[in-house]
Amino acid sequence: MLANTQGIGNVHPSVTNDQKPVLSLKGISKSFPGVKALSEVSLDLYPGQVTALVGENGAGKSTIVKVLTGIYQPDEGEISISGSSVSFPTAQDAGKAGVTAIHQETVLFDDLSVAENIFIGHAPKSRFGLIDKTAMVRQAKELLARIGARIDPSVLLKELGIANKHLVAIARALSIDASIVIMDEPTASLSHKEIEETYELVERLKAEGKAILFISHKFDEIFRIADRYTVFRDGQMVGAGKIAEVSEPDLVRLMVGRSVDQVFPKRTPELGPEVLRVVGYSHPTEFEDIGFTLRRGEILGFYGLVGAGRSEFMQALFGITRPSKGAIRIDDTVAVIRTPNEAISHGIVYVPEDRGKQGAIKGLPIFQNVSLPSLKSTSRNGFLRLAEEFKLTRDYTRRLDLRAAALDQDIGELSGGNQQKVIIAKWLATQPRVIILDEPTKGIDIGSKAAVHEFMAELAAQGLAVIMVSSEIPEILGMSDRVIVMREGRIAAEFEGDELTPERLVRAAAGLAEAAT
Amino acid sequence: MSVSQANETNPVRQVPDRLRSPLQRLLASWEILLLGVAVAVFVLNSFASPYFLDPWNLSDATFNFTEKALIAFAMALLIVSGEIDLSVASIIALASTAMGFAVQLGAETPTLVLVGLGVGLLCGAFNGALVTGLGLPSIVVTIGTMSLFRGISYIVLGDKAYTGYPADFAFFGQGYVWWVISFEFVLFAFMAVLFAVLLHKTNFGRAVYVIGNNPVGALFSGIRVPRVKFALFLLTGVMSGVAAICLTSRLGATRPSIAFGWELEVVTMVVLGGVNILGGSGTIPGVVIAAFVMGMVTFGFGLLNVPGIVMSIFIGLLLIGVIALPRIARRMLAARRG
Amino acid sequence: MTLSFLKSRELVLGVAILALLLAIASRFPAFIEPANLAKVFNDTAPLIILALGQMAVILTRCIDLSVAANLALTGMVVAMLNTLYPGLPIPVILMVSILLGAVMGLANGLLVWKLDIPPIVVTLGTMTVYRGIIFLISDGAWINAHEMSESFKAFPRAVFLGLPVLSWIAIVAVTGFAVLIGRTALGRAFYAVGGNPHAAVYTGINVGQTQCAAFVLSGALAGLTGYLWVARYAVAYVDIAGGFELEVVAACVIGGISIAGGIGSVGGALLGALFLGIVKNALPVINISPFWQLAISGSAIIVAVAFNATSTRSKGRVILKKAEHAQ
Repeated sequence: MLANTQGIGNVHPSVTNDQKPVLSLKGISKSFPGVKALSEVSLDLYPGQVTALVGENGAGKSTIVKVLTGIYQPDEGEISISGSSVSFPTAQDAGKAGVTAIHQETVLFDDLSVAENIFIGHAPKSRFGLIDKTAMVRQAKELLARIGARIDPSVLLKELGIANKHLVAIARALSIDASIVIMDEPTASLSHKEIEETYELVERLKAEGKAILFISHKFDEIFRIADRYTVFRDGQMVGAGKIAEVSEPDLVRLMVGRSVDQVFPKRTPELGPEVLRVVGYSHPTEFEDIGFTLRRGEILGFYGLVGAGRSEFMQALFGITRPSKGAIRIDDTVAVIRTPNEAISHGIVYVPEDRGKQGAIKGLPIFQNVSLPSLKSTSRNGFLRLAEEFKLTRDYTRRLDLRAAALDQDIGELSGGNQQKVIIAKWLATQPRVIILDEPTKGIDIGSKAAVHEFMAELAAQGLAVIMVSSEIPEILGMSDRVIVMREGRIAAEFEGDELTPERLVRAAAGLAEAAT
Repeated sequence: MSVSQANETNPVRQVPDRLRSPLQRLLASWEILLLGVAVAVFVLNSFASPYFLDPWNLSDATFNFTEKALIAFAMALLIVSGEIDLSVASIIALASTAMGFAVQLGAETPTLVLVGLGVGLLCGAFNGALVTGLGLPSIVVTIGTMSLFRGISYIVLGDKAYTGYPADFAFFGQGYVWWVISFEFVLFAFMAVLFAVLLHKTNFGRAVYVIGNNPVGALFSGIRVPRVKFALFLLTGVMSGVAAICLTSRLGATRPSIAFGWELEVVTMVVLGGVNILGGSGTIPGVVIAAFVMGMVTFGFGLLNVPGIVMSIFIGLLLIGVIALPRIARRMLAARRG
Repeated sequence: MTLSFLKSRELVLGVAILALLLAIASRFPAFIEPANLAKVFNDTAPLIILALGQMAVILTRCIDLSVAANLALTGMVVAMLNTLYPGLPIPVILMVSILLGAVMGLANGLLVWKLDIPPIVVTLGTMTVYRGIIFLISDGAWINAHEMSESFKAFPRAVFLGLPVLSWIAIVAVTGFAVLIGRTALGRAFYAVGGNPHAAVYTGINVGQTQCAAFVLSGALAGLTGYLWVARYAVAYVDIAGGFELEVVAACVIGGISIAGGIGSVGGALLGALFLGIVKNALPVINISPFWQLAISGSAIIVAVAFNATSTRSKGRVILKKAEHAQ
């Protein structure tokens, strides 16, 4: 099939009418202050089929899931189930209509038991309208057995590990007698074996005739288990059809709207002397024996699966958490970093992954965000000098092409990409020697993404040492001079130059042996 | 550099420093609204009672708020940072009891002042250590120390009272610096300026706002969050000690029930002054105006012979009203737009 | 490991109470005679009832500081009703007090739910307003024993199966609450809302509505206690149960109910209240001035909250496999 990159509205080029959709969205729009998250999107789900929903971060996938599960109300458009129009004012209404979701974030309750988590909101009742605990535990046991989970339904949820919590979430979804199951990146933080089990489960649900919406970033699994696909880009539906009639490159092109290899700036790295050497950094529970060197002008990528310990290690390097063992040398002198302050004074700065919580100080204006770690230089004797703060902010934001109404605008009012620019400016203003960027382009629009990438290249060219943590393979490959792969808290591999291939990265991150080629 | 110039000549977009001038911001602020309320209360009072405009009466009226406002300044910083201290009135009780105890041992005025400030500091340090050291929620900790501090006063004093303060000790609560201007009022004005500078003009004040808006982000920006919070608890404790000196001096006696329920009035004053109870925003000028409003309302009611407990209804309604009204207004505006 | 520890939180408190009783009994054996223990329980009954309501509120991440004022206002209203219409039957009095209390709780709940005002601000405010209203309706006057009808005063003191009605009401309240918390959708919703409000929305639970329900419950119990209190002590005035809200919060905190919401049990609330009740009753017995009580409950709050915080500190994500095996 030919990729349809123009289509917004009535694009169903290859969907034959062999079956009627059980759920159908038409012309759904949803806006938030300053952002149009969804613009007249359509989506059809068919019984006994898996429809993969594909799109970059920020394409509107999470929003459509929230619309389907009654968390958000669409501004416009129509949801119909088996041909009749419906609306979901609350999550419970969606459940009653037969829509259930396994959310990306675990939306469960740590201090309730497994059985209660599965049945909260629709527990079996005894005669007096009270919750029938024995029936609840029995049904929970059946559900858990059905998905092959060996979990005691009466233990508290917080006793379980991440993978088991996930199974509870699946059991909860199945406890609602649903005809439509939404799975939002169900395999994102699972091990290889657990992923296989999830696929089996999907097959079983298919066999039961359920319509499944499967959201995933992993193309191999999309091609393995999906029957159909729908592609979102920037809040619009840009293509849909049968998986059998599309190729992987076509799907990628639909997703990003251009071919991938042009995204990244060309650079010819000029590596300077060593600026940072980390030896044997360890933490009791999060990472162990991390050691590497970093040179001026170098971009060092850190790849790994979600939960491999990359962010935890970076935060220790920045002094948020303390390592149990290990040493750092900066420019040939041994440095001890116990607090972020010490890291900053040694020239190590960290742009965090969780922009909203750890990066932006929402509620304060842009210029105060930028000047925050540099207040010592902008103030005099502890007294603020606003003119100096504005000057600093102007100097550093100009280089990043910041889009804002004014520098005294609340940073919370900016788009994700522009917030990220402010945070990068904030750290550059401290004139660091090493900048750590943790998932620097996660959830930001494509334009800002390119700006951040170009700026990273520029910084490296100026002699700054850059560490970039990223889970996006194209970004890692496109930007890094060298890549360290972490797995389960340890360094699994290190690649450079020609060794850098997507396959090697994925295999190292997943703990698989090199494929025999 | 002006905006238009940048747009014409510079291909790179130039972001202006400010969207609205500081004056425009001021005019649309909560503080100006509150100032209007203050003026209205003043005018109403002067119509309601012929005695109101007498300089000595007005001077007397300031005692209704000066001591509470001293604590409110420190409390404002604490609340902006996202914490709260409900034990302030109990710190007054304990500090006052300690001063009374010191009097029994023959202490003179300078020693008494040191005792009052010292007990305030220690109580603040105790609260601060529990909140920042053990990471406990400040509301529970200070509900606990609220009982503990006043409880110690009760253990020491029971149903008795300490009196017999030295004659020169009376100056703090009863003395006048010039004509009708009392020492307490001068202290109030001095502290207002001091705290306004601290919160609005220093790096420390900036850190307080940052922590109140995003404590995790503050940590990730190199701010020593526990240290700043501990300092704020110390400050609140010391200011409670200062208030204890003034109040004890004014009353000339210490009972364990001294300043009972003041924590509510102090918090109300801070919230009325426009400080967000959830932290992150608020100003000292706002708190100053709120202190005047509350003092004048109390005084006006007093002139009209309204009993104290009825005034407390008013204060309770004020507390809820000042938070509820902007929310209702915002909602109605949004509804009209939508 | 955490599970056994959690269960043992009530156990720790139970053992502490037993140790306390034994320590007192070693010097004053009369204190643990059944008749005296029954008296201590009866004395603690109002605190127990209020602690149950407060627990529901705290579970949903709120706090209700207006319970004592609610109690006092309801008590005054029913006492005045009784002086005006001495013939009013007790069931009507009970209904009025529960309803009036619930309405005051509803006022708190609506302000929290509909206007999103922080619960502490709402209830600090309504606490003074409710107290002030008592003054307005009573003109500051007391209603004394001789102005109340005999049946009005007799009800909480009437002995049934060896225990006063007041004690029985506390027992019924505890049992009822155990069922409500453990076996109804609303009870589980309290935990869900406090434990993870974000997830509660995803499961179709209305967070504000659930919090409002907790306030109504707390208010209704405060109203009920208002009548029982006034009838038992045979006096109503502005300041009855002044500062009692802090004792109620203290009972909950001591009982291991997390102020951060989502954690706590009916047993914990009961034991927390009993602990304070025993201390209060033991002080005069062991010849310590009752003026010690405030400081003791204050210290107990601090110790309890520090203990709870250190025992429930989150482990964080554990990535290293080695560490996982070691668990």
